[in-house]
Amino acid sequence: MSEKVLMKGNEALAEAAIMAGCRHYFGYPITPQTEVAAYMSKRLPKIEGGVFLQAESEVAAINMVMGVASTGKRVMTSSSSPGISLKSEGISYIAGCDLPALIVNVQRGGPGLGGIQPSQSDYTQATKGPGHGDFRLIVLAPASVQEMVDMTVKGFDLADKYQMPVMLLSDGTMGQMMEPVSLDISEVKTYEKPWAVTGTKGERKPNIVNSLYLKPDELEKVNFERYERYAKIEKEEALWEEYKMEDAEVCIVAFGVAARVSQNAIDRAREKGIKVGMIRPITLWPFPKEALKKASEKVNKFISVELNMGQMIDDIRLAIECKKEVLLCNRTGGMIPTVENVLSKIDEAIEGGRK
Amino acid sequence: MDTFGLNPKRITVFAGHYGSGKTNIAINYALMLSKNSDKVSIADLDIVNPYFRTKDSAKALEENGIKLISSEYANTNVDTPALPAEIYSVFEDQSRVAVIDVGGDDRGALALGRYVPFMEEEGNYEMLFVINKHRFLTGDAERTIEIMKEIESAAKLSFTGIVNNSNIGEETTAQTVLNSVSYAEEVSALSGLPIKMTTVKSSLFDELNGKIENIVPLDLYVRQSWLKEEK
Repeated sequence: MSEKVLMKGNEALAEAAIMAGCRHYFGYPITPQTEVAAYMSKRLPKIEGGVFLQAESEVAAINMVMGVASTGKRVMTSSSSPGISLKSEGISYIAGCDLPALIVNVQRGGPGLGGIQPSQSDYTQATKGPGHGDFRLIVLAPASVQEMVDMTVKGFDLADKYQMPVMLLSDGTMGQMMEPVSLDISEVKTYEKPWAVTGTKGERKPNIVNSLYLKPDELEKVNFERYERYAKIEKEEALWEEYKMEDAEVCIVAFGVAARVSQNAIDRAREKGIKVGMIRPITLWPFPKEALKKASEKVNKFISVELNMGQMIDDIRLAIECKKEVLLCNRTGGMIPTVENVLSKIDEAIEGGRK
Repeated sequence: MDTFGLNPKRITVFAGHYGSGKTNIAINYALMLSKNSDKVSIADLDIVNPYFRTKDSAKALEENGIKLISSEYANTNVDTPALPAEIYSVFEDQSRVAVIDVGGDDRGALALGRYVPFMEEEGNYEMLFVINKHRFLTGDAERTIEIMKEIESAAKLSFTGIVNNSNIGEETTAQTVLNSVSYAEEVSALSGLPIKMTTVKSSLFDELNGKIENIVPLDLYVRQSWLKEEK
């Protein structure tokens, strides 16, 4: 195992993308993800076949991603919240064309221009599929710089495996913070891509990458088939981590930076003998429904800790079929919940339970 | 509190690779200076970094009578690389001692250029190059020297010394620091600059004191809520 290095989240995910075989990056600067583009602009030109291009806009960048993806090469773009909204049309087209690509969102406060401080307020946008039409993204939510690396590699893999766009849903804190990471990437899988548009050389029929269907019954059929693939993903690809759930009476659900703060709050509450644990979704879509449903048979209450006005909380309620009350502990607009915020919500859950 | 035999100049500039630890060192250094002087300024020249700014430590600085000169937009949602005019007070009022925290890499160092004539005229400054062996892609001495030259070229000023801040975040041990000595010495040999100090988190100071020359303890003045709590 090689020595660990100290990296900023944005740099780490960029380097991981290169290690995963990505040689094409298209983007447009926006705080707090600009280091991804800055890093790629320095690194990619030094690598054989590497292409870094600062597009004239986010809309252009995502369409360049679609172009490279249709040739079967690993490709990515990154942005922060407002930029992802601009990319939404292209993301829908990429999904409609069944193309693999990695899209990184280092979230900041919204709506509108919002602010540059960290946020998780694009949860709904990401998990329900940004853009028009019936489609999903696989959404990965790293909670450390190491996971920025691991999830980037995993993201490229899942994108190729299921021929669909994958989103790394990070936030400003994860992007800007520095932590030790190992860049040992055990295995980078490669996939056959017989659909790729690479030139027929007169040896085969042309491949066509397209999201336009002239007949509605054909479009319906493609959508049904795509959702069969989504059902398989929901069954097989959900990832989560449980923390001190064995005897928990209250279950915190949190991802990304909110999970880091929550873990500190859980440790402090445990010192006072309060039985609280956490389920941390690592994939936000597919959402770890089964894990939550199972927990709902044991715990009295759930707390959703989020950096938004309460978006994941609805998915929790659906997963547990509203069997238990779900409280919301949230900060928004670029503010991060404190350990004290979470502790007081835990107290509320416990006291409410005694009534 | 002593100043670890550092004999500070009137102005100390910290510059280096992005993420090498400049801001925290600058804050610690200013706090150290404030033990011997009630006229200490710290100027944040960072026009690159949106988060983790000198201003995060405003409380600790204020409590120690240190004047913080920082963009009024730092830590707000105004994402402009603006510098406050007040920075000129650092050069005009020569009765004060000052610490200047420069942004990372050559991009960050650009902001220093306009103040260089004042510093050269007065001739009472030092500019310290902060290095960390464990930063990705800069972990060998030759690459470190490349970054040093890029910064000097952008800042229009040459370094006068090195700060070895080699660490691997929360996983840093005394051994991590000891293992970085040969790297720092190589950077020193290649650049011809002295190693002015080796900075370590304060919990490692006792273990390392005496084993490395000019060792300076660092405290973290902003404890982030997502970091593991120390027991």
